[in-house]
Amino acid sequence: MFGSSRIKDHNGEQRLFGGRILFAATAAAVLLLIVISRLFFLQVIKHSYFAELSQGNRVRLEPLPPDRGLIYDSQGTVVAENTPAYQLELIPEQVPDVPATLARLADLHLIDHDTVPGLTRLIRTGRRFQAVPLRLSLSENDIAVFSVRQHEFPGVEIRTRLARWYPFGAQAVHALGYVATISEDDLKRIDRDQYSGSALIGKIGLESAYEQELHGLSGYRQVLVNAQGRRVEKLGGTPVHLETRKPTAGNDLFLGVDMRLQHIAEEGLAGRRGAVVAIDPKTGNVLTLASVPTYDPNKFTRGISSIEYAALRDDIDRPLFNRALRGTYPPGSTVKPMMALAGLEYGVVDPSASRNCNGAFSLPGSSHVYHDWKRSGHGPVDMKHAIATSCDIYFYGLAEILGIDRVHEAMDGLGFGRLSGIDVGGEKAGILPSAAWKMATYKQQWYPGETVIVGIGQGYLTATPLQLAHAAAIVAARGHNFRPRLVTSVRDATTQEIHKLPPIEEPLIQLRDLSLWDTVIEGMEMVARPGGTASSSFGGVPYRVAAKTGTAQVFSLGQNQKYNAASLAERLRDHALFIAFAPAEDPKIAIAVLVENGGHGGSAAAPIARRIFDAYLLGKFDQAPKPVAPPPGATLEDLDEVH
Amino acid sequence: MNITPEIQPVRRKRMSANASLVRRLHMDGPLLSLLTAVILYGLFILYSATGENFGQWVSQVGRLGLALAAMVALAQVPPAWLRRASPILYGVGLVLLLLVAIHGSTSNGAQRWLDLKVFRFQPSEIMKLAVPMMCAWYLHSRPLPPSIRDIGIILAIIAVPSALIAKQPDLGTALLVASAGILVLFLAGLSNLVITLGLAAFGAIVPVAWHFMHDYQKQRVLMFLDPAQDPLGAGYHSIQSQIAIGSGGMFGKGWMHGSQAQLEFLPERSTDFIFAVIGEELGLLGQSLLILLYLAVIGRSLFVSASAQTTYARLVCGSFALTFFVYAFVNTGMVSGILPVVGVPLPLVSYGGTAMVTLLASFGILMSLNGHRRLVGS
Repeated sequence: MFGSSRIKDHNGEQRLFGGRILFAATAAAVLLLIVISRLFFLQVIKHSYFAELSQGNRVRLEPLPPDRGLIYDSQGTVVAENTPAYQLELIPEQVPDVPATLARLADLHLIDHDTVPGLTRLIRTGRRFQAVPLRLSLSENDIAVFSVRQHEFPGVEIRTRLARWYPFGAQAVHALGYVATISEDDLKRIDRDQYSGSALIGKIGLESAYEQELHGLSGYRQVLVNAQGRRVEKLGGTPVHLETRKPTAGNDLFLGVDMRLQHIAEEGLAGRRGAVVAIDPKTGNVLTLASVPTYDPNKFTRGISSIEYAALRDDIDRPLFNRALRGTYPPGSTVKPMMALAGLEYGVVDPSASRNCNGAFSLPGSSHVYHDWKRSGHGPVDMKHAIATSCDIYFYGLAEILGIDRVHEAMDGLGFGRLSGIDVGGEKAGILPSAAWKMATYKQQWYPGETVIVGIGQGYLTATPLQLAHAAAIVAARGHNFRPRLVTSVRDATTQEIHKLPPIEEPLIQLRDLSLWDTVIEGMEMVARPGGTASSSFGGVPYRVAAKTGTAQVFSLGQNQKYNAASLAERLRDHALFIAFAPAEDPKIAIAVLVENGGHGGSAAAPIARRIFDAYLLGKFDQAPKPVAPPPGATLEDLDEVH
Repeated sequence: MNITPEIQPVRRKRMSANASLVRRLHMDGPLLSLLTAVILYGLFILYSATGENFGQWVSQVGRLGLALAAMVALAQVPPAWLRRASPILYGVGLVLLLLVAIHGSTSNGAQRWLDLKVFRFQPSEIMKLAVPMMCAWYLHSRPLPPSIRDIGIILAIIAVPSALIAKQPDLGTALLVASAGILVLFLAGLSNLVITLGLAAFGAIVPVAWHFMHDYQKQRVLMFLDPAQDPLGAGYHSIQSQIAIGSGGMFGKGWMHGSQAQLEFLPERSTDFIFAVIGEELGLLGQSLLILLYLAVIGRSLFVSASAQTTYARLVCGSFALTFFVYAFVNTGMVSGILPVVGVPLPLVSYGGTAMVTLLASFGILMSLNGHRRLVGS
């Protein structure tokens, strides 16, 4: 300030310096005290807040998914089990760029491109720290492809998980259903906490109907994680006490279905479209529930590709369609025994009285001619012969006398037009028409001509194969009505005790005289004997069979047109139907067989029933189905779960 | 030694053999004890902060040995030599900085190191010592408070190396180097008016400086202002370190029991953020103890500086003492969230050798300048 010519003033400088030092020392003390007060604020005033944050930082709840319950057939053979599989999982909070990661995985064919939008939504709606399964089952090749590029995918890893495996593949799929990845829709209706560790949920069939029973209770384990979210065992040098609650496995189900019968049924229908339902008339236990074509549920549990799914969905034979439960068909002549029962119960017909069948029937005052399937007619037939030869003329007349409302009342008791209440979802009720029904549905009055064709199971009347089998079972049990069911017992996972589920009996159908049943059943027995419509399939049968064939028109013929199977395209041919039970005097099995476009029930459907009866009643099993082992890969030892 | 006059023979008798050794080595006993206390405390916490990495701990002990040796060696150098060596040291440092700027090796995206084949070396560390020494050398023979011309020259002495270091880029070291030089100016008696004007000018420079800052530097400042806006990104350090400290409470979670530190939620746990480990594991008491130790070191250093006999000694010692304070304040302030995240280690505690050697070297110089005082005075 005064130039460099000034003289150095040593004492002044020292005083000045001393002042500065004092000032600096004070400033240092004050600033460090500010730091200490900041520390006091953090450690004392806000301590609990930060303590909680730090706790959340280090301890994480890891869900422990329960083992899904197994499903056994009536012989104790496992039909749905759990096997380890390599699963590709993504932990959202550890992935820097989810869309890019998914796109890259899809490019490597590790996930399907079409699943990306769904996965993206699932990841966005899920919890940040919870693993989302991207793909359920990786092949050895997939694992190799991923392993060499693992460093490109932080937060994506291969875990070994229990996956569902159906050892019989496509067999009985329409009864068992399948499990698949939990979807967004599933998440809306389930308890997220219970499913936080589960990748799979029952989608259809028993797997869906018994989801609660099979799933079990989820457990959890507290894990210590480091900043990268990786599990660590110790905190510094010391192990930490962490809580674990073990999951409770799902309960095992035992079915009435016998896979050997199921195999015969599906083999019998192989190459065609159709359904077989067999029921034990004394319990309602479903012994076989087959719908063909089938599909392999293992594809769904391991993540079906959109191409594979589209192929199944668009297949002209509709393999995904459950014909046994959801296919509603005109029952055709299989309703004739039921019509006969109604006639007897209402006392409108004398069973021993013969009626002349000349092959044609007309309502009074109408010129419309209803033909018999046999143009020349059957001649004089009584009730039993009418059933045995499936005379249409006899039942046209019977239906006309009964009238639609009495037909409705009688058939309603036998389960037509209503859900059977089977313990698996999705069944259809079919249509049991009445005058009121027609008015409600079409705003039209009922015409007597419509009653006439209902008498031979045509017209508005439709039923599912399950309903037909159920009706046959009710007739077999002489009015005892058991609700059809697939599951017969449940094994408690905790106690390992097997609880037998008591059969569910519906109200008994009481006829004014028990002998009325016998009349009809005798007629049905004549069906399987020489002269009956199913005699060719039951030659030399060592037990008594009561049966009825049926042929349902797929499209209607004009007046005087004659049906010519050979000239019609295969898919326009009649459906072949067959109901039966045996032994007639003490029925153990009742069955309904449907072969779509199979032609005549006696030739296309009855042989399948014969094979099943022989197997069930005589123990004749030519070929037992062979369970298939899951694809090689993971073993139980690799499992990344606590058991 | 034999020239040292025996002023108080009675007191000398009471001195222990160790104390006399300390005196003969031109060391300051209280300061040496305090520094030793800080170093031992640091080694104690470092063992936990490295996650029981004994290898790292041993290498730190090794570096400490080297740094202590440097301190003792420098304490033996006569003060006059130190003063005369100041411009040489400054000149060499400047040349090395230029060499780094031209072809230094890159580490962590910054050019700071000069590969001398035998060891890698940060010339910016030399400047932490050379800049204040150069400033003091310049002011030593000039009347104080400094004239405007002198202030200008001093600012130039400070600005050239600071700019080179900031360019590397190493903002933390640049700030420390600049502050060491400015502290010399302050101690030299810069008038309050000039200080006020300087602060005002600094305020005006901030927006300009902002313009020249690297993106990561800007981000650090923004994150300091609002760490919550990106908790997993740039604000992560600050948030995790406050969680560590806050969850420690009054007494801490116990040595080696800090979950934030042990499970690596706390980034840079053994280096820049080791103060948070102390907070988490030893609590407010543990942190306060360290701060009080620092205050004592600073206080003792300032006391020693105040009684220095030459202008050069006063200015260098005062500047070194206050630089030590700047380290302690900037690091603890940053870790506790009252200052932005700047790469400044916790003095004598953080893992890493360079800062340790420089700091103890500065204390060696400080002791030399005061331990030889009577010799100089005569």
